[in-house]
Amino acid sequence: MTEGKQVELLSGADMVVRALADEGVEYIYGYPGGALLHVYDAIFRQDKITHVLVRHEQAATHMADGYARSSGKAGVALVTSGPGATNTITGIATAYMDSIPMVVLSGQVPSQFIGTDMFQETDMVGISRPIVKHSFLVKRAEDIPEIIKKAFYIAQTGRPGPVVVDLPKDITDLTKKYPYEYPGKVKIRSYSPPQKGHSGQIRKAVDLLMKARRPIIYAGGGVVMGNGSEELTKLVKQSGAPVTNTLMGLGSYPGTDEQFVGMLGMHGSYAANLAMHHSDLVLAVGVRFDDRVTNSTNKFCPTAKIVHVDIDPASIAKNIPVDVPIVGPVNSVLKEMNDLVAATKASQDQEALGNWWKQVNEWRDGQGSLFPFETAEGVIKPQQVVQALYEATKNDDTYITTDVGQHQMFAAQHYLFDKPNRWITSGGLGTMGFGLPAAMGVKLHNPDAHVACVTGEGSIQMNIQELSTCLQYDLNVKIINLNNQALGMVRQWQTMQYSSRYSHSYMESLPDFKKLVEAYGHVGITVTDVKDLAPAMEEAFSLKDRLVFLDVAVDTNEHVYPMQIKDGSMRDMWLTKTERT
Amino acid sequence: MRRIISVLVENEPGALSRIVGLFAQRNYNIETLTVAPTEDETLSRLTVVTDGKPETIEQITKQLNKLIDVVKLVDLTEGSHVERELMLIKVKAHGALRAEIKRTADIFRGQIVDVTSGVYTVQLTGTGEKLDAFIDAVGETSVLEVARSGVTGIARGEKVLSL
Repeated sequence: MTEGKQVELLSGADMVVRALADEGVEYIYGYPGGALLHVYDAIFRQDKITHVLVRHEQAATHMADGYARSSGKAGVALVTSGPGATNTITGIATAYMDSIPMVVLSGQVPSQFIGTDMFQETDMVGISRPIVKHSFLVKRAEDIPEIIKKAFYIAQTGRPGPVVVDLPKDITDLTKKYPYEYPGKVKIRSYSPPQKGHSGQIRKAVDLLMKARRPIIYAGGGVVMGNGSEELTKLVKQSGAPVTNTLMGLGSYPGTDEQFVGMLGMHGSYAANLAMHHSDLVLAVGVRFDDRVTNSTNKFCPTAKIVHVDIDPASIAKNIPVDVPIVGPVNSVLKEMNDLVAATKASQDQEALGNWWKQVNEWRDGQGSLFPFETAEGVIKPQQVVQALYEATKNDDTYITTDVGQHQMFAAQHYLFDKPNRWITSGGLGTMGFGLPAAMGVKLHNPDAHVACVTGEGSIQMNIQELSTCLQYDLNVKIINLNNQALGMVRQWQTMQYSSRYSHSYMESLPDFKKLVEAYGHVGITVTDVKDLAPAMEEAFSLKDRLVFLDVAVDTNEHVYPMQIKDGSMRDMWLTKTERT
Repeated sequence: MRRIISVLVENEPGALSRIVGLFAQRNYNIETLTVAPTEDETLSRLTVVTDGKPETIEQITKQLNKLIDVVKLVDLTEGSHVERELMLIKVKAHGALRAEIKRTADIFRGQIVDVTSGVYTVQLTGTGEKLDAFIDAVGETSVLEVARSGVTGIARGEKVLSL
């Protein structure tokens, strides 16, 4: 404590709230309960932090997640012990799989009762252990400021991830007060995230990139979360190489640029998957060679040398052997690479690169577009809905969230993102029910931007109760429901691999979504004719002060293509229902 | 490939469960596991014997290093090292068997640490193989109970695992 400075005495509960405010947190998302009543009382007595009351704790974590993905900063969820804590597990796992910074504060029964199976007791630290970057069980109220500082530090640095802080009720006792000071920074001796890549390795990587005859840059979510977009764009431009994005990486490179060959992987573009397969150098940045990208790992990019840049050493050579590994923050590594590329540009074989582009363009243009599909009389194709959404919003700052399934892939393929942090989707865990609460978290922090959730009638029903939260806090998001009256992706697999035996993949007794959202106090619009699509989109986005739910009846039988063929290489794909490579 | 990995971890509640949980969660093998505090009371030393392909071992060490509670680790099998395991074994010891067990224990440099009219408790240290050999030598039918500590180890020479 500094001399002469007034020492503030605060209770544990007040310290929790104050520490969050001192950390710069504006909004927290939560749900009260017995073990947290002290903390909720402290929230009531202050005005620095706004608390948003969700309708289910899972939504609190997805709101925190949506905020984190759009801002790069940790979102905060506050939940009570027992069921409150267990309801956050899906949200924590979602953040963990996609490396999203998040701090989850959970109530716990009083310390002396831990282990007695008290009412609403659960071992939160134990239950969340495999899906957190780290967790804390607070043992002494005096430790609260430091633990909260550490939680944010761990969540937001290195490879980001969720951190749980479990708060026994006695620790937050309002009657016991302690000197409070929020630490400016913390040091953890066993945790030092890399600050810089190895210069020798970076030189090697640039050398390979500039000597390559068929290079491709494969960039992922690490570029988005690692603030590497600007440097990536520069590197792509300087090196002249084609660039592809993973599902998580969309927006890290401008989707409308001519050097972008579309998303790669299971539902990636023909051009991106072929370019990967035939390349002689893959520069992988902030990616993890996920099975939804590589297809069969032993057939992956047979002629390519692989350079892998990632902040997490464990991510390197986990699934695919790497020729030049570089452990470091993507933005600083890419910056160093850019400096070297500028110096060696003259040595590049322009003719080879020209030939490579001729080939890549053939793959791209031969298909008509990156993601071709056929329209049909009398039905709305889901792809048309995403295209209409893009047309209605492309000139404004727009954030798109999704749920999981066919609609997610159609959105990834047909909405073009020119900026990072605008595409918000559960990639790793694939969490249905993510889209609406994630959109709410984004909207709260970006009230002037368009925020649209592309969803399906299956996913939306997994967190539809949050329509009530939206009304309470004026979260005027737009929900675009691609209603095909089936669990589309499950149905697609059943069509292709289970002789069209549609086991539990269709939805009987769907609600009338228009009436449902009206009951929640919002605007519902039903679209059944393709000619009404664009006007309905316009109307939805012109109603700035209302949540609008666009329920669009789309073709039940549409499939997502391309689709990689199991056990094949990246180039083995179904292109339509009858055509394959 | 059998590997002995020694890990310095924060002496915090829950640290051990994070490590054991990691092995379960990622489907890594644990053959033996020992853990105890060190001369620095803020640290515990944990030694795990595991088995796996070289890629798996690389992932094990990387994933362990990612745990916030792990301060430092070393794969002892990468260099020359000493490994030891302690065994307490209860064996039948009556009649002619009594002298035979004593002789075998002597050959293995074991000590008889508890005696009843029909039972010897022998304490033995060495590599796992040596302990296995002792069990073989006394014969499985004589063995009443075995308690083994699991392997611990240390690098030879001047290399030390410390902060």
